[in-house]
Amino acid sequence: MSDVSLTVNGRRVSGNAEDRTLLVHFLREHLGLTGTHVGCDTSQCGACLVHVDGRAVKSCTMLAVQASGSTIVTIEGLANGADLHPVQAAFKEHHGLQCGFCTPGMIMAATDMIARHPEGLDEATVRAELDGNICRCTGYHNIVKAILAASQAMAKGAKGKARQAA
Amino acid sequence: MGIEGVGARVARKEDKRFITGGGRYVEDMVVPGMKHAVFVRSPHAHAEIKKIDVRQAQAMPGVVGVLTGKELKADGIGNLICGWMIHSKDGTPMKMGAWSPLAVEKVRYVGDAVVIVIADTKGQARDAAEAVEITYKELKAVVEATKALEKGAPQVHAEAENNLIFDWELGDGKATDAAIKSAAHITRMKIVNNRLVPNAMEPRAALGHYDKAEDHYTCWTTSQNPHVARLVLSAFYNVAPENKLRVIAPDVGGGFGSKIYIYPEEIVCLWASKKTGVPVKWVADRTESFLADAHGRDHVSTVEMAFDKDNRITGLKVDTIANLGAYMSLFSSCVPTYLYATLLSGQYDIPAIHANVRTVYTNTAPVDAYRGAGRPEATYVLERLMEAAARELGVSPAELRRKNFITSFPHQTPVIMNYDAGDYAASLDAAMKAADYAGFTKRRQDAAKQGKLRGIGMSCYIEACGLAPSAAVGSLGAGVGLWESAEVRVNAVGTIEVLTGSHSHGQGHETTFAQLVNQRFGVPIDSVSIVHGDTDKVQMGMGTYGSRSGAVGMSAVAKALDKVEAKAKKIAAHLMEADEGDIVIENGEVKVAGTDRSLPWVQVALAAYTAHNLPAGMEPGLKETAFYDPSNFTFPAGCYICEVEIDPETGLTEIIQFVAADDFGNIINPMIVEGQVHGGIAQGVGQALLEGVHYDASGQLLTASYMDYTMPRADDLPSFNVSTSNTPCPGNPLGVKGCGEAGAIGSPPAVINAITDALGVVDIAMPASPSTVWSTIQAKKH
Repeated sequence: MSDVSLTVNGRRVSGNAEDRTLLVHFLREHLGLTGTHVGCDTSQCGACLVHVDGRAVKSCTMLAVQASGSTIVTIEGLANGADLHPVQAAFKEHHGLQCGFCTPGMIMAATDMIARHPEGLDEATVRAELDGNICRCTGYHNIVKAILAASQAMAKGAKGKARQAA
Repeated sequence: MGIEGVGARVARKEDKRFITGGGRYVEDMVVPGMKHAVFVRSPHAHAEIKKIDVRQAQAMPGVVGVLTGKELKADGIGNLICGWMIHSKDGTPMKMGAWSPLAVEKVRYVGDAVVIVIADTKGQARDAAEAVEITYKELKAVVEATKALEKGAPQVHAEAENNLIFDWELGDGKATDAAIKSAAHITRMKIVNNRLVPNAMEPRAALGHYDKAEDHYTCWTTSQNPHVARLVLSAFYNVAPENKLRVIAPDVGGGFGSKIYIYPEEIVCLWASKKTGVPVKWVADRTESFLADAHGRDHVSTVEMAFDKDNRITGLKVDTIANLGAYMSLFSSCVPTYLYATLLSGQYDIPAIHANVRTVYTNTAPVDAYRGAGRPEATYVLERLMEAAARELGVSPAELRRKNFITSFPHQTPVIMNYDAGDYAASLDAAMKAADYAGFTKRRQDAAKQGKLRGIGMSCYIEACGLAPSAAVGSLGAGVGLWESAEVRVNAVGTIEVLTGSHSHGQGHETTFAQLVNQRFGVPIDSVSIVHGDTDKVQMGMGTYGSRSGAVGMSAVAKALDKVEAKAKKIAAHLMEADEGDIVIENGEVKVAGTDRSLPWVQVALAAYTAHNLPAGMEPGLKETAFYDPSNFTFPAGCYICEVEIDPETGLTEIIQFVAADDFGNIINPMIVEGQVHGGIAQGVGQALLEGVHYDASGQLLTASYMDYTMPRADDLPSFNVSTSNTPCPGNPLGVKGCGEAGAIGSPPAVINAITDALGVVDIAMPASPSTVWSTIQAKKH
């Protein structure tokens, strides 16, 4: 057993877990953050994707004890109170989800993708970047649409803020 | 149409919880005292169980129970059943072998459950499962259906000689043979429909909880039809009587057919909960899902299509062998029969059809309905044949289809179905226009200049949805009726709950069903709650599969709304001293037509519950129930066109465009309909280009993870060009046909027709992976 201390969605948490406990299981079972899902055993599907110290990580590829000391954001921590994150809002507006199981991973992958592409995104880039996330319901059509829309909305928002600051 | 009414592109109500991590799936459920289960599964495709030694496992840390099939049988738990009786053409009933939830004497496929191990944590259960010692005597296995029928093949079940479950036929054999004999042209093909794994992203899971004080069971399960699950668990598996069993299917992460059936795991978890005195949760690993979820398709067909000298189809003869795997799953028998052969007329006027279907046991995972279920197989047979015939006859594939379209309705086919409405030329025209079909020759030439091979292919599909008229399916062997139920509860404050037997696992019922209520009473959809998936809340229902929730589930809601509306109008007429016939409900107001008298909806609802001033003799309250049994199947149809470009150096196929023009009847929410089509196309393209189950000759599953089984990913697919041109369905009150499966039904032949067009070959196996395409190109060169 090992002690695990994390900052998750802005809150400091700690617990004691079996050494073999994966980060995803720690989040789900010890912290009750069941929005992060497990869809495969081989780190292929991306349903468990979270942000660890600002980077997109499949939380089934990391032991909880390895993550100790890290700052983690999960799907539950993405919205600002009642205000949805622009990616969440875009998924809803563009019907980027059906059964909802892959959705948390998709949204966390999308926010990371948009952050890594400040120059903006095009369809081919979004599709290539989504390589690590599998969806069985949507055929990706509306997920791609949602990510492109969110990327544009966030770029506009950033420009607006920059103008305000100036 | 209001902004939230029928036909409006309304964003989904249920999305809020899914995009914020608030979805509640079976794996998320926690019950006090809950323990975790792991199943020990057969590593052999075919073997006798000689000995099971659980002593070492029982002594492992955290273990609370290690249970075997012998104990399960001793407690009277029943074998799994197939719920649709098919008789062979000689009149004998199908030969169903026994399927024990935990194997007792023999295992019949890799993944067959043998022992359940229950421990404090899943890790401990997994460790203990490793310590269960099972001695097997390996037997020879058979994995291909055609080989299983050969003399001397390994015998999967003693009950089914030569592994033949049934040998069934439909249609007029003599008339079809005569048509073929007198044909001006015959197109012959051998057509293989590859085996697939449905692969809902949420793995199956079950949580069984026996409450000793109440002598009552609760089962949380990943089900598309919790009421059917309760019925079957109770009536056939002897888990508990229905009044002592609650089945809950909360948020379910996709189904595609694979979550219709009642599997061994939920039976065993419920039984084991009573046996051990603790709630027992099992969640499948992905590899377990590959091994033990019901697979789909796996047909081999020999087909002949006869034409007269004017290129009109005169006959179709189909001989199909369908692999049902090691056991007969719940609806496995109806998929390659009444959901398959009945659709072999397609969109065409074919005077004579005969289909012969043999179903076969093999040492592979059970095969049952997967998105489309029988209809993709029928469409693949027909649309590959039409394409091949057009090339042989030297005519345009579009015009050969057009010439043979059914154009007047109702149309009785020679294979049971009576098509009620459609306009197949409209879909064909729409698809050809959207795809710029006329401009293809130029695009092909341009691609050739770049060293690329372009091809175009189409597919004109029809399917039968809205399953189904209960008496009709009963006469064909179904063990259940296929109606649906609804209850509409108007609260005293005017908000509404709709209880439905349909189950949403991605289809968006919480929104579309609410749109129906909004359309009727003007109540905002946020004030309408859709309740489903819990047998304690909804009395009875048949669930969601076969694109039935619109045509059957919502029709039941519409009928219940009719009753509520009638009573509300009576109350309003009484309150406003008007004639009942003059009352209209518009935008949340209950009005006397042609006057300025009106009451808000809320006030009518309140009046029903205060009951201070109701018409004489009227009972208080505003709540109505309806059961809707459809009068016919519905017949969605459409035309799909796929254009591909192949790199001859690598064999890689790129989909340049994919056009879908569908006729779904009236549409409740176009955004959701488009989403259904997108997802269906992705699964169909997956079948055609990427997906395929492979067992080796000994019955080991080689494609048992996402490392080996190629799921379609975002960069394998283009954006799709989808549209609808609709003829309302005359058979149900809403005029809807269903849209859930069309994409998966219509797309595989369109893709393969495009690839064979590009390569200039007659056929290519699915999945047409780069290596298959490359090898085909090389074989053609030499």
